[in-house]
Amino acid sequence: MSDHPEAFMKVKDMPEGFQARPGSTVDFKTGDWRSSRPVLDREKCIYCGFCYIYCPDGVYQDQGPEEKYYKADLDFCKGCGVCANECPKKCISMVLEEV
Amino acid sequence: MAKKPIGIEVSLAVAEAVKLCDADVVAAYPITPQTHIVEHLSELVANGELDAAYIPVESEHSAMSSCIGSSAAGARTFTATSSQGLALMNEMIYIAPVLRTPIVLAIANRALSAPINIWNDHSDIMSVRDAGWIAVFAENGQEALDLTIMAFKIGERPDVRLPVSLNIDGFTLSHFIEPIIIPDHEEVQAFLPPNEATVKLDVANPISIGLLANPETYTEIRKATDDILLASKDKVIEVFKEFGKAFGRHYRVIETYRHEDAEIVLVTMGSISETAMTAIDEMREAGEKVGLIRIRLWRPFPVEELKAALVSAKVVAVVDRHMVMGAPNGPVCLEIKSALYDALNPPKVFNFIMGLGGRDVRRVDFKTVVERSKSLVKGGQSSFEIVGVYE
Amino acid sequence: MRSADVPYEKVTAKTFPKGLDTLASGHRACQGCGEVLALRLLLKSLGSEFIAVSATGCMEVCTSTFPQSSWRVPWLHVAFENAAAVASGVESALHVLRKKGKIPNKRIPVVAVAGDGGTADIGLQALSGALERGHRDFIYVCLDNEAYMNTGIQRSSATPFGANTTTSPSGTHSKGQHTWKKNMPAIAAAHGVPYVATASPAFHLDLMNKIRRAAAIEGPAYLHVYAPCPTGWRMKPELAVECSRLVVNSRIFPLYEVIDGHYVINRKVDNPIPVADYLKQQGRFRHLKPEDVELIQARVNLEYENLVKLAGTFPV
Repeated sequence: MSDHPEAFMKVKDMPEGFQARPGSTVDFKTGDWRSSRPVLDREKCIYCGFCYIYCPDGVYQDQGPEEKYYKADLDFCKGCGVCANECPKKCISMVLEEV
Repeated sequence: MAKKPIGIEVSLAVAEAVKLCDADVVAAYPITPQTHIVEHLSELVANGELDAAYIPVESEHSAMSSCIGSSAAGARTFTATSSQGLALMNEMIYIAPVLRTPIVLAIANRALSAPINIWNDHSDIMSVRDAGWIAVFAENGQEALDLTIMAFKIGERPDVRLPVSLNIDGFTLSHFIEPIIIPDHEEVQAFLPPNEATVKLDVANPISIGLLANPETYTEIRKATDDILLASKDKVIEVFKEFGKAFGRHYRVIETYRHEDAEIVLVTMGSISETAMTAIDEMREAGEKVGLIRIRLWRPFPVEELKAALVSAKVVAVVDRHMVMGAPNGPVCLEIKSALYDALNPPKVFNFIMGLGGRDVRRVDFKTVVERSKSLVKGGQSSFEIVGVYE
Repeated sequence: MRSADVPYEKVTAKTFPKGLDTLASGHRACQGCGEVLALRLLLKSLGSEFIAVSATGCMEVCTSTFPQSSWRVPWLHVAFENAAAVASGVESALHVLRKKGKIPNKRIPVVAVAGDGGTADIGLQALSGALERGHRDFIYVCLDNEAYMNTGIQRSSATPFGANTTTSPSGTHSKGQHTWKKNMPAIAAAHGVPYVATASPAFHLDLMNKIRRAAAIEGPAYLHVYAPCPTGWRMKPELAVECSRLVVNSRIFPLYEVIDGHYVINRKVDNPIPVADYLKQQGRFRHLKPEDVELIQARVNLEYENLVKLAGTFPV
């Protein structure tokens, strides 16, 4: 029995060798680290994919050859601004998040 | 027809046992007095007698690291070391059990530096006694071979999956040529099932092993490992019984010798126990009511068995082979004392340290222990005494 | 076959792997981390048929807080200094299990990932042992962010001259780091392994192809990857890729391969930008005086010339 506020997993429920499921950090949303978010001007976007390639957090998702752009998943975007800096058409702007 | 023993060096017998168990990977670094084990293994691999990968690592730290990697990949894994080598492995020794890697490690027990000394005592294993390994001590060569085979079976059981250390006294056991029965490969095959890893690096099931645990989970992970280790005692006993059935040699977690009516009971581990038994025979002839308990399973510590065996004695004289600095008792004595503490009429427990750094343990030393214990009964003992120290 | 002739499937702009990242989002790397970007691209390039071993460090900590993991391939972390030894054990085990028919008969690369401290300092012995033993399906990746960032920006032997770190601070009696960066790729190459390469995340196709080539070649491979750390370098987080480009274009971190002892410079820098342009983006160099920068420029010139000579003397 535990009344400790930090403990959340019982000894008996501990997976063998405290292993973890592959890719399970997708349950950990890092989007709330962000102070500004990338906003894409789709008019200027040439669908080059540099935002997708250079995102350290892998947040950009290909919207396909019909839509022809990459969309940032704001659940994970930390707002670093690498995409905006690397965009050859400068069509991504970092916009301060409202608090 | 019963197999006949052959004369073989105990280190080589351990290596032969590893061969009989079809180990997949051996990663080892040379250190005296362990070296004969891995020399023989590399020879067996070189001659095609053992189909295994022999990794000639550049340190013991890397030996245990490679073993953890190998075991996590699902391979039956063996290594051997001594003294400074085990000390260098220390960091890895603590990691293997919690990652549930059932490595078998033979330790030819040797004194720790300083001063540097290649001879036998138990200070190496005692530095890692609480790391989470199953640990057994062999008394003689046959036992060393048998326990090597059993170590794989115990550690690899799906309800255990823990590393096992086999402790053999350096030189005084490892380098002796003894008559040893070497089982057939088929017999060992029938006894030892394949190693079915459950926590395993497998591209078909890509789990992650060895994560960071914060304060909210660290305690529970450590406790879960300890629960498995404590529960492994019954599995060890089961495997001992299975081995007895299969090979006709019977093992228990502790062994007793002439202790039923003994007033003074000696407690030992390892190869000095045979010397102790001879001393007991001589003392018995002289009318002393002395007996012996030998601990074979050191971890998990067999509390109940020892309690039952010792509680009726008047005096328990515990022999430690490890110099504890700045503390009143050696590690074996501490465990015995805590096992007996809540008994109704606990025996007096005294602690004697002997055989450090290869100093010979003689029959007369056990007689000294018994005489000294008799004189201590009235006054008690504030801390351990070193038998034969020249002060 | 010469290692240089071993075929491998090249990543191009057209064949860029668009599937699920091998490294999942939700990891706790800092904003604008160039190290996790390099790792993401390397893993993406290899796909899913490999096993990863991490040394303790930023990439291990930020991807594996129990009970969650960012890794979509089998992953093992044991300790700081031993990724090469752990990977050796995994690699040897896979070989023997395959030979005995206990696992499917296909090559599975084992990729050890460590930082510069885990490689050039505390892990150097284990790495040397692994490279010397010649493990066949063994790739070691050093993600070099030029200091112990996970513990709070302490200097390592890979920290460049003049850099301010918490244990090589600049002061009235100090220019910051007073030693030159340890040349890890040269140390790896000195082991005579079939493949050594440097890479930078700004040149992503080069980076991704190098790990594919490393996986295709039989024998130990060593990749030394530039991994910018905005937090530790006192740099704006959006500059991680830009500085990865400048470091190459200034000849500070040339992109090259050593294949069976033969050198090839993958990106010849004929008109280098001054090192000052690279240094000025990073707060860790802010205290340097013009004469310090000149000293660094001279050293960079010399090292690049030496590399050009090697490539001229021992071409692929």
